[in-house]
Amino acid sequence: MVNPSQDAPAQAKNKKVLIENLEIKYGDTVALTDVNLDIEANEIYGIIGPANSGKTSFLNCINRMDDMRPNMSTTGRVWFNGIDVTNWRNLYSLRRQIGVVFPLPVGLPLTVYNNVALAPQLSGINKKADLDEIVERCLRRAALWDEVKDRLDSLGSLLSGGQQQRLTIARALSQEPDLLMLDEFSIAVDPVTTMRIEDVLKELKKEMTIILVTNLVQQAQRLADRTAFFLNGRMVEMGKTEDLFAGKVQHQETLDYIEGRFG
Amino acid sequence: MFQETQQNIKHKKTERLFRILFLMMVLLLITPVLMILGTLIVKGGPAISLEFLFTNPTNGMTEGGLFPALLGTIWLVVVALLASVPLGIAAALYLSEYAPDNWLTRAINLAIVNLAGVPSIVHALFGVGAFVIFFDFGTSILAASLTLAVMTLPVVIVATRESLQAVPQAFREACWNMGATRWQTIRRVVLPNAISGILTGIILEVSRTAGETAPIMFTGAAFYLPFLPESVFDQTMALALHLFVVATQVPNVPPSMPYGVALVLISIVLLFNAMSITFRMYLRGQKKW
Ligand SMILES: Nc1ncnc2c1ncn2[C@@H]1O[C@H](COP(=O)(O)OP(=O)(O)O)[C@@H](O)[C@H]1O
Ligand SMILES: [Mg+2]
Repeated sequence: MVNPSQDAPAQAKNKKVLIENLEIKYGDTVALTDVNLDIEANEIYGIIGPANSGKTSFLNCINRMDDMRPNMSTTGRVWFNGIDVTNWRNLYSLRRQIGVVFPLPVGLPLTVYNNVALAPQLSGINKKADLDEIVERCLRRAALWDEVKDRLDSLGSLLSGGQQQRLTIARALSQEPDLLMLDEFSIAVDPVTTMRIEDVLKELKKEMTIILVTNLVQQAQRLADRTAFFLNGRMVEMGKTEDLFAGKVQHQETLDYIEGRFG
Repeated sequence: MFQETQQNIKHKKTERLFRILFLMMVLLLITPVLMILGTLIVKGGPAISLEFLFTNPTNGMTEGGLFPALLGTIWLVVVALLASVPLGIAAALYLSEYAPDNWLTRAINLAIVNLAGVPSIVHALFGVGAFVIFFDFGTSILAASLTLAVMTLPVVIVATRESLQAVPQAFREACWNMGATRWQTIRRVVLPNAISGILTGIILEVSRTAGETAPIMFTGAAFYLPFLPESVFDQTMALALHLFVVATQVPNVPPSMPYGVALVLISIVLLFNAMSITFRMYLRGQKKW
């Protein structure tokens, strides 16, 4: 990003995330442009939109994964907890505060236990008792404990898809995140597991902020307090979820997408 | 039920044809291997005894055993491994996990592949210039092993890089998103899942150096030595060179002796290979994704 950060504007201080004039490019191709939005603490912020509209790229900017991708560049400002993420001295500590769940469940080729214990270990927690406690708590919160408590030592990558997705949620929770970002988590998960995870998210909302990128419009309707609609590399509009779904939209495209007339 | 159509019958015929064709290729390929092994066992077998394995050559190398050469080959291979494995793995880690994808990296990768094709006699001359003369190690195990190491380095790097790249990118992404550094990711997730491929690849490739003659001939291997090497700065005998010597340079060698030496040499290489294959099979059994 170009500008050095001055003090955060007043409104950045009481938002969880504030985005101003964000533009993302891969090489010379603009993937997403002109995004301005804010995310309140303890809300579920839904992002809907067809494939390739820039949703994943957007998430990558918040935890500065652009740093790991040589061809990706961003301009504009992203504040997280009132601090410009470009000025974050230690990107690793920024990423530890933000949990991420991917579209396809990624059970790391470690034991179930180590999948969840890895993040705490990386941040320096090594006592067995502490780790045991974290692992159990996170697996319980991800609604997976009962299914795996007898096989904590088997490989996480051998669980079923739905279990692996809950395992990744437990893993994200083990970071004690302030912000949880889910990227189309239900794409490879059966409907029953999807519902269970949705219940988990409603609980988690009490303790953290959630950004929910979803390919299911109804999922945003069920969970999100506010929803943004991305299309072709732009944020078309955002608003209260109930308003959007009640048809109170500024752009016809939004309504068309919500009602499944294109996509 | 379903009638076999003309089409189906035709497909079946071609299928059978190709099967037989491929089977014949395989038989053709393994024939020389079996013939070599067979000849060695028949002609060299009688020479093999505990005495042959564990005593010095005597009487102008026409009698006695090959112990110094056997021990020397083990020295050479082990020291070469100690040098090339850490270096090769480090280089491959850098190239695969850290290096940006730019023209320089691509040029280096290309150079490594080409280096693997350099004839061993050229490596030998390099070894003489670099290790024997410039670093002043003299003709010694160290100089010979380092020459072997330089020669195998490209293969080690390529084998390692391929094993690293077989680890799915999604695992790295997941770790990075968790706030893991590149090194933490490598140590906790990438290496543990690539190490089996790396090790087996390396053992396979490096065991072949046991059979190399040219690179060690001018750098550390001796025609005949009445004593065993005590440190890496000593010269040593080696099986491959010993075979060359008893087969062509010494008069009045009993005919079974060169075959015996060859049999021992080939057994060592096969032993290494068998080890790495069992190891790989064992690790395959616990496939992780
Ligand atoms: N690593 C990348 N390199 C180049 N282009 C990319 C890369 N990742 C995404 N893009 C492009 O950026 C655009 C937005 O992609 P993405 O953020 O993945 O959208 P979404 O998550 O909404 O499907 C797409 O046109 C895609 O092709
Ligand atoms: Mg996406």
